[in-house]
Order: sequence, then structure tokens, then C-alpha cells
Amino acid sequence: MKNEMKMEFDAISANEAFARVAVAAFVSELDPTLEEVSDIKTAVSEAVTNAIIHGYDGIEGGKVNIRCLIEQDVLHVEVMDKGNGIEDIEKAMEPLFTTKPELNRSGMGFPFMEAFMDDLEVLSVVGEGTTIIMKKKIGCIPWIEDEE
Amino acid sequence: MDTKENIILCSLFDLRGKENCMMENFKVIDNYLMVRMPEEIDHHKSSYISENADRFIVQEKVDHVVFDFENTKFMDSSGIGIILGRYKKIACFGGKVFAINADNRIRHLLMISGLHKIVEIME
Repeated sequence: MKNEMKMEFDAISANEAFARVAVAAFVSELDPTLEEVSDIKTAVSEAVTNAIIHGYDGIEGGKVNIRCLIEQDVLHVEVMDKGNGIEDIEKAMEPLFTTKPELNRSGMGFPFMEAFMDDLEVLSVVGEGTTIIMKKKIGCIPWIEDEE
Repeated sequence: MDTKENIILCSLFDLRGKENCMMENFKVIDNYLMVRMPEEIDHHKSSYISENADRFIVQEKVDHVVFDFENTKFMDSSGIGIILGRYKKIACFGGKVFAINADNRIRHLLMISGLHKIVEIME
């Protein structure tokens, strides 16, 4: 099974809910569990929020692109912006690291994406933009049970 | 937490108003600020919660903040930012942050972000 979807929307915060719901709806053909849907929605919400507030510094006019691909039972999600880019990707991915504490950011965006998806890749060029590539296998039984 | 506090916390949330009136989501009881969290907590919604909560913390001089997640079906790291930001504002005066009616999903989010160490999660 193969299926692809692309969308482009304005980089404004009102579109965050729309983006995560659209991706969740697209993946529904794989019959994901409620937990898997929540995982995907959280990860997409983090990536899109990052694009809006860090990529474009919250300034309107930018566009966010999402490309989703279903291959067999794996969902690929790419979230792209043509914004600032990330200077130090390793630092940006550290839990609790944030460049915008004044906006009440927690520094948990990338850690949440990592926690809820199976694979996370960050491609970024300063001044050109950032692409987040996430993968998640749907319908698999986790190897290790979540620790309580 | 003693019984008296428990009764305050429980009875307060029986006085629910309508979801659409934002200001009804904030209530001060004694020195507790109660915040009823919306159905979806993301970056888009987070600033009004943070700003209003801060206003109450300063104007009403509350010591503690209680976040009620009963209606919440979705939360991302913005929710963590709201809680962490309020904690930083009240912790230096000995204030505490509580989370009530948090489902497994929200508890899991609090866990992996380490917030369960500073937030008292209650039934």
C-alpha cells in the first residue's frame, strides 16, 4: 500500500490544530489505535509549532509544508519551513533547551517528537529553512513495555 | 495534602460554568488559583492561559495553582511550558502546582518531561 499527501498553509498558530488533525485523518486508513493517533498529533503539533515560532519567529507571511507518505504500515511525515534554520541542531534537540523561554516554551518539542515517533531526522540550513522527517510504524506491538 | 484542601479542590470543580466563557476557566478559592484547561492545549491556546494565570497570581496573590485536565483531550509541549512557567513564578514563594483529573496520556507527558517531580498529580 502506498499513499501520498502534500499540503501548504500559512505559518500562523491557528493552523496548528488543522495540521495535526489533517495528518491524523490521513493516517486513518492504517487503522491506528487511539494512542498512535495521539502520538502522531503531538509530534506533528510540535514540528509545526517549531516552524511557526522558531522558523519564522512568529511573523506572518511564511508557509509551512507537510508531506505525508504511507508505505506499507509506515507513516512518513515531513514538516518543512523556509525560515531561519537551526544553528546547532544537537543543542536544539536537548531536553529543556529553548531559545524562547519568554514565550513559555518548555524545550520539550524535539524530545516529544523523539518519544512519540519511531524515527526523527532534522535537516536544517541557517537562513534557508528546516525539514523535520519523522517515521512511525502503525499497528506494531512495542518491544519494551512503557515503564510506569 | 489534608482533607480540608481536598474538599476545597473537589467541591470547586462541581461549580462548572460554560466552556465558551474563557474567564470562567479561572477561579480563586482561598489562596488557590484553579485553572480549567481547555480541550486542546497547544501553542495557539497557551498564551491566553499563561497571561490570565499570571494576572491572577499577581493581583489575587495566590500561593498555589491547580490545573484541571478533566476536559483535555490533547496536549503538546506547550502545556508543559504553561505549567513550568507558573511553577517558576510561585515556587520561590513556597507555592505548589497541582494537576487534577489528568488522564494516562497527560500523566505520561508530565513523566517524560520530568514535571512529575515538581507537580503534585492527584485524582
